[in-house]
Amino acid sequence: MTAAHQSPATSNPAQPLNVIVATDCGSTTTKAILIEKVGNEYRQTYRGEAPTTVEAPFEDVTRGVLNAIAEIEELSGRTILDGDRIITPNQAAQGDPQRGVDIYVSTSSAGGGLQMMVTGVVQNMTGESAQRAALGAGAIVIDVLASNDGRLPYEKIERIRTMRPDMILMSGGTDGGAVTHVVEMAEYIAAAEPRPRFGSTYRLPLVYAGNKDAQPQVKTILGEKTALEFADNIRPVLERENLAPARNKIHDLFLEHVMQQAPGYKKLIEMAGAPIMPTPAAVGVIMETIAKREGINLIGVDIGGATTDVFSVFGGLFNRTVSANLGMSYSISNVLAEAGLENIMRWVPFTIDEQTLRNRIKNKMVRPTTIPQSLDELQIEHAIAREALRLALIHHKSLATGLKGVQQERTISDVFEQRTSGKTLIDLLKLDLIVGSGGILSHAPRRIQSMLMMVDAYEPLGVTTLSVDSIFMMPHLGVLSTVNEQAATDVFVRDCMVYLGTCIAPIGQGKDGERCADYEVALPDGRIEKGTLTFGDLKLFSLTRDQQATVTLQPSKQVDLGEGPGQSFTRTVKGGVVGLMLDGRGRPLQLPTEQAARVALLTRWYQAVGLYPTGSS
Amino acid sequence: MAHSYTPGLTVTERTTVRRRRILPLPGAVLVQVGDAVRADTAVARAELPGKVVPLNLANQLGIAPDEINDYLVKKEKDSVQKDDVLAENKPFIKWFKTEIRSPITGKVESVSTITGQILLREPPRVLELRGYIDGVVAEVHPEQGVTVESTCSLVQGIFGIGGETSGELVMGVKAPDQPLLPEQLNPSMKGKVVVGGAFLSAATMTRAKELGIVGLVVGGIHDKDLRALLGYDLGVAITGTEQVGFTLILTEGFGTIPMAPKTFALLSAHAGQKASISGATQIRAGVIRPEIIIPHSGPAAVTKVPKAEREGIQLGDPVRIIRDPLFGKIGAVSGLPSELRAIPTESEVRVLEVRFPDGTTTVVPRANIEVIEGA
Repeated sequence: MTAAHQSPATSNPAQPLNVIVATDCGSTTTKAILIEKVGNEYRQTYRGEAPTTVEAPFEDVTRGVLNAIAEIEELSGRTILDGDRIITPNQAAQGDPQRGVDIYVSTSSAGGGLQMMVTGVVQNMTGESAQRAALGAGAIVIDVLASNDGRLPYEKIERIRTMRPDMILMSGGTDGGAVTHVVEMAEYIAAAEPRPRFGSTYRLPLVYAGNKDAQPQVKTILGEKTALEFADNIRPVLERENLAPARNKIHDLFLEHVMQQAPGYKKLIEMAGAPIMPTPAAVGVIMETIAKREGINLIGVDIGGATTDVFSVFGGLFNRTVSANLGMSYSISNVLAEAGLENIMRWVPFTIDEQTLRNRIKNKMVRPTTIPQSLDELQIEHAIAREALRLALIHHKSLATGLKGVQQERTISDVFEQRTSGKTLIDLLKLDLIVGSGGILSHAPRRIQSMLMMVDAYEPLGVTTLSVDSIFMMPHLGVLSTVNEQAATDVFVRDCMVYLGTCIAPIGQGKDGERCADYEVALPDGRIEKGTLTFGDLKLFSLTRDQQATVTLQPSKQVDLGEGPGQSFTRTVKGGVVGLMLDGRGRPLQLPTEQAARVALLTRWYQAVGLYPTGSS
Repeated sequence: MAHSYTPGLTVTERTTVRRRRILPLPGAVLVQVGDAVRADTAVARAELPGKVVPLNLANQLGIAPDEINDYLVKKEKDSVQKDDVLAENKPFIKWFKTEIRSPITGKVESVSTITGQILLREPPRVLELRGYIDGVVAEVHPEQGVTVESTCSLVQGIFGIGGETSGELVMGVKAPDQPLLPEQLNPSMKGKVVVGGAFLSAATMTRAKELGIVGLVVGGIHDKDLRALLGYDLGVAITGTEQVGFTLILTEGFGTIPMAPKTFALLSAHAGQKASISGATQIRAGVIRPEIIIPHSGPAAVTKVPKAEREGIQLGDPVRIIRDPLFGKIGAVSGLPSELRAIPTESEVRVLEVRFPDGTTTVVPRANIEVIEGA
């Protein structure tokens, strides 16, 4: 679907875009930003926010959008609204540059986002491909059904019936292969008579992207019962995945069917000058753009109140997963349930009894908008965030894999090596950049807190740059990039990304205090810092984003920095608002199990980098 | 500028509530606009389609899928009884005869010559939707359900488990800061909704279940007791379908927290009256809070519900602090500074000043209070 299909509040394509307003309608807050062309570059100038109004009593998403934009109007002095209408284009040509904007764009994850159920024939082949297609389109996958998923037929039918997805994606079979299993799944879906989550009168959208030979049968079985659309097979042959056509079809149906049912979205679509994108899809677009532009491997994470999205681009391959119940407010209690109390407590630099901690976490769950007021509350939230980030990455690694079930050519050199297909694509040693987003990372009182949370959760290896999204505007820029890439890039580089710095972490373990590596850091002012990094050390050097330092490390025999154990390593690195961190705590990172020793070690680390205000742990 | 404040929980002596009673799928509405209904009156009815049972006849008979029509005894849409023969082969020697019998009573939903499958469906199950509250039918939604309106006292809780139920309100404690102990429960409380104070333990819950108490309303409980009650660690606050023997409503939160005096006083004033309660809670997307509705007797006229309008927090508003270190304390707003202030975490946030009944004051982030709403 293109912008031309809509009746947008956009200007003539020939007209330049000088003033842009963009919103992201989240499940609780609608965030608006204003982007203006200043000289030759685009800058983000003002932001406003208001509660999202998808739910009663308003039941009209545009109300929250207008409120958020009204806040920008107040702050900027610009007139953007005329009643319930966004004034477009900007009236500069009429002599009033402070009136109107050239385009309005938006993303949305309100009302729980796009919830999909996917089906395949073999769970870890077409089932996983279908899951990747749906996730890449920005959906939350609520279940994956497959012929071999171990559930009995009637259990599958019951499951389809009780789930109320916004959409179903069916896949299965290679083109020209057997049709039986995929037709069988179509029969189960028909028998279950699935009903959409919103609206009782419209038919559930279903994308069929399986064996093309089964299309006629699928049409006979499901054509009447669902709003059926066909897309090219996502796995035309075993060796190749073809996700783009299915993803595009999902986006079209999201706009044409699902969004039309959500309260106020018809109006929102009319207001917007480009198709509304699901929030994660827009973030995915921006992640792919950065990786491509810089030629790097990256991991992006957006840790929200309810869900944590992880994006990765390795070797040009994009993947996205969403951990639907790992989050810092609505789902905070689930982080505790999944990670276990011990794993959370290992990051807390003081002792607290289990009952108090459990009650506090549940209280945050039932009152999700509260913020930590005392330092110990902040430290507990940071501990939980580390575990949510860690678990979400484990989930991502399991899905961001090479294709499974693919025959591999083996040569004589492989005789002694047993490799299976479907290995994870995530290689932390090859990771160049981690981009963090979401309240707990973007709004941490000290930037070092965001940096250490990500380092502790991901345990990057070798040299890795870390950054955060300053005020959560990646979704806005993702959708904007589909309209004007230059504007999105300008704002992304200048206003969105806050580079925290670089972390250098040698791989290996040793006793606390043992030599890990000798280092020499040549700083931009000509000073050379020399010393020994011992196991258990965390060292921080001040180095800004526009400065570079040359770091030479001579690791001990068993320690590796990517060049092989004991091999010397030299690299020029950039800084950031935090600086350069040498992490000698060992990989994999291990913490003492004994409580007093653990608290002492955490306190030492936290003090070494000035993690929290002085006088505290 | 948009007002940022935490929507509070309503505790009010008199209000008009409307509750939509909607069937999960289209059915028949049994009442009309203006009809008086009670909590247990059936207001709508629907037939839930029966379970589907698939059988692969082709596999069981050892034939090709496209041949199955030749072997069927029951055709599509035919009714079947359990153990009826659905399909059979016709061998030359009777000894080799195979009969496939129906595992259920129902009908043949469909037959597929591509997969060789037959789908059987059990008879529909009748679902009756109750009125939930005593009131008047204000609106009929054809084939879907009704809206029931009631003039009542209303208390919203913060978290609950268990579904809708109703019963007489009875006070289990004398003051809002007292815990509800097992020995305070007695057999006369069977079928009733018991109000506790600051806390109830796992032992009290066990006793309540034994006695057949239908509802418990209390300030707080410990998370570990909730886990023991449910048998699992609740990860996301979407509740209402639990079946633990009673409906539980927390008015304040987790821990030992005295019930807000206003809530306790209101519930005490209505002891002996019938209350409809629901533990259903959904914090995300379409907030649903647990509630205690005490319908006022006398005819309730169908009226227009006045739209609640709030302009954000005002000086003098009664508020509850909802985050440690002062979690659960109740006071009134005594200052609303507009500038951002640094709090001990070093975050700069909007704050307000709260004055407690003893005259002391404190400053807390605005995000960490909720207004106790309702006149």
